[in-house]
Amino acid sequence: MNEDWVLYEVFIRSRSGLEHKHVGSLHAADARMAIEHARDAYTRRQEGVSIWVVPSSAIVASDPGEAEALFEPARDKVYRHPTFYAIPDEVKNI
Amino acid sequence: MSTAAEAGSAEVSRAERIEYLLRLADTSLVAGQRLGELLGHGPTLEEDLALGNISLDLIGQARLLLALAGRIEDKGRDEDALAFRRDAPQFRNMSLAEQPNEDFAATIVRQCLLDAWQLETYESLTGSREEALADIAHKAVKECRYHWRFSAGWLVRLGDGTEESHARVSAALGALWRFTDELLTPDALDAHMAVCGIGPAPGLIRERWDARVSAVLAEAKLQKPPHQHYPWHGKRGVHSEHLGHLLTEMQFLPRTYPGVTW
Amino acid sequence: MYTQALDSPAAGADEGSEERERLERFQARIDRDEKIEPKDWMPEAYRQTLIRQIAQHAHSEIVGMLPEGNWITRAPSLRRKAVLIAKVQDEGGHGMYLYSAAETLGVARGDLIEQLLSGRAKYSSIFNYPTLTWADIGAIGWLVDGAAIMNQVPLCRCSYGPYARAMVRICKEESFHQRQGYELMLTLARGSEAQHAMAQDALNRWWWPSLMMFGPNDAHSVHTAQSMRWKIKRFTNDELRQKFIDVTVPQAEYLGLTVPDPDLRWDQTSEHYRFGEIDWSEFQAVLKGEGPCNRERLEARRAAHENGRWVREAAVAYAAKHQAPAHRAQAGAGALS
Repeated sequence: MNEDWVLYEVFIRSRSGLEHKHVGSLHAADARMAIEHARDAYTRRQEGVSIWVVPSSAIVASDPGEAEALFEPARDKVYRHPTFYAIPDEVKNI
Repeated sequence: MSTAAEAGSAEVSRAERIEYLLRLADTSLVAGQRLGELLGHGPTLEEDLALGNISLDLIGQARLLLALAGRIEDKGRDEDALAFRRDAPQFRNMSLAEQPNEDFAATIVRQCLLDAWQLETYESLTGSREEALADIAHKAVKECRYHWRFSAGWLVRLGDGTEESHARVSAALGALWRFTDELLTPDALDAHMAVCGIGPAPGLIRERWDARVSAVLAEAKLQKPPHQHYPWHGKRGVHSEHLGHLLTEMQFLPRTYPGVTW
Repeated sequence: MYTQALDSPAAGADEGSEERERLERFQARIDRDEKIEPKDWMPEAYRQTLIRQIAQHAHSEIVGMLPEGNWITRAPSLRRKAVLIAKVQDEGGHGMYLYSAAETLGVARGDLIEQLLSGRAKYSSIFNYPTLTWADIGAIGWLVDGAAIMNQVPLCRCSYGPYARAMVRICKEESFHQRQGYELMLTLARGSEAQHAMAQDALNRWWWPSLMMFGPNDAHSVHTAQSMRWKIKRFTNDELRQKFIDVTVPQAEYLGLTVPDPDLRWDQTSEHYRFGEIDWSEFQAVLKGEGPCNRERLEARRAAHENGRWVREAAVAYAAKHQAPAHRAQAGAGALS
C-alpha cells in the first residue's frame, strides 16, 4: 500500500504588504494537511501571516543551461533604467 | 459570549472559583503532558511538529490558569506548586485528558473530543465575569480552533482512509466515548458557575459540542457510539488509574528534591 | 563508481577533456563564491558528498530528539517543560529543513529514512549516550548544541544554496538552544549541593563525547580536503574543536564546575587551551554501533516508523478518494529550493 506523501513547496508572506517567499518544502498527503504542516513547521516564530503550498511537481523551472539565452539579452538594455537619462540638476521633480 | 455574561450575579466563593479554574487548568496540563510523550515518536516528522505545537499551547494555557488559581487562593502557591505538589485526587482534569496514547488513533480521538469541548468552553468563557479568565479564554480560543482543525482533519482521514485506519479509529472512539459524559454533564459547580456568570450556561456546551462532533463523525464515516452514563468524573477528583502514573513521572524531580529552584 | 573515476584520469581523451573543462568551470564558480543551485550541473561526487553529509545531519537532528525527548515528561517546572518541548520540536523542524535540502539533490526522504533505519546511514554519535539526569538536558544544550553551532555556522556559507539556506534558518533558531542549556546548568550549579553534583556529573559524562563531535583528527579525516575545496566545509575538525574548547572552558569555570581533563591548561604562547588525548577507541566503538544507546535509538526510530505506517497509508488513501484529479500531485517528484 502506498505511504508516500506528496512533496510540497512552501511560500510564506512574512508581513502584510510583502510578497510570498519560498522557504522550503514538506511532505503532506493532501492540500489541507500541507497548509497545516507549513504552519507548524515554518511559522513557529511568527514568521508569517499567509501561506501558499504548491506541489513541487507543479512548478516549472527555467533551465540553467539556457540562462545565457534567457537573461543575458537584458544586459545591454540600459535605457530601461532611469539613470540612463541625463537631466540637468536645475530641473526638479523628475 | 453573551450566555455567560447575561447570567445573574449570585455569590461565588473563592474556593469555588479556584475549583473551577483547576478543572480547566488541569485538563490542559494533563492533555499537554500526554502529547509531550509523543515528540520524536509520531508517524511522520510533520506530525511530531504539529503535536508539539499543540502540546505547547496546552501547557501555556495551564500555566496561565494555574497562576490565576494561585493568585486567587493567595497562599503563595504558584503554577509549579499547583502542578507538581498535588496528588491525583486533587487534580480536577477531565478524565478524557489523561487517557494514554495507545496508538495514533487513540491520540487523535482523545484530542478531537477534547478539542471540541475546549473550543466551545473557551469560546463561551470569553464573556466570563471572571475577567482574568475571560482574557485567558480570548487567547486559548484561537489555539483551540487550530487544535480542532488539526484533530478533526485527522479523524476524517483515519475514518475514511483504509480499512485498518477505520477499524482503529472506531475502536478508539468506542473506548473513549464514555469519558464524554463528564464533558457534557454539568454538575453542581458547573451549574453554579453559570448562574454566577463565570461559566457557560448548562446545556450550551453539550448542544454545540454535539453539533460539531456529529458533523465530523459523519464526514469521517464513523458511527457515533450510544450515550454511556459514566459518573466517575475526574473533575471531581475521581480519575482513572492512568493519572497516578502520569503524575508520578511528571512530579518526580520536585518531589525528590523539595524546596529548590529549577 | 563515477565518484571514484573523478579522481583518476578519464578514459576517453575527448570525453575526458570536455569533462575536465566542466569540472574546471564548476570549481571556478565555487572559487568565485557563487552558490550552486539544484538544477545546475554538478559533479556526481559533489552531489553524493552533499547527500551523505546533509542526510547524516538530518538523521542526527531526528535521532537527537530522543535523548532530550526522554525528559519532556519529567521536566521539573512548567517553564522548563515548555522550553524543552520547543527545543525538541525545533530539532524535528531542523531535520525537516535538512531532508528538504537533501531532496533537492534528487533523493526522496523515504529512501534516506530507510537508510537510517537499516543502519546503513550514520548520525552523530553523541546521541548514542544516555540522558540519566535532568542536568544532562542542560549539558546537552550547553555542550552538544554549542559544538553543533561551531560546526554549523560555517555551513551557512556552504557552496550548495539549499543547504546554506537551511543552515541559516537552523542557526537562527539554534541560538536559543545553547543559552537555555547554559541557563539550566547555571541554575543547578548555583542550587543545592545535590543539584551542583548533578551538574558536575553531567559535565563529566558529556565533555569528551562533545569533543568527539568534531570528528577524527585532521590527519585521519577522509573527506576534509575535497570538502574544503568544494566549500562544503570551511574549517577542519581540529580547528573547530580547538575553537570550541577555547570558548567553553571559561564558561565551565564561571559555572564553578571542573572540566574532566587533568591535562587541560592555558597555553600563553599559542593563546589556546591545550587538552588531553581523546579516547578514539571509544569514538570508533560508538560509531560502529557499540555505544550505550545505539540499539535503543534505532529501535525507537524504527518503532515510530512502523507504528506510523498505517497512518501514512490512511492519509494517502483518503487523499486519493477525495482530491480532484487536477490537484493530485505526484508523490516523490523533484524538489525545488
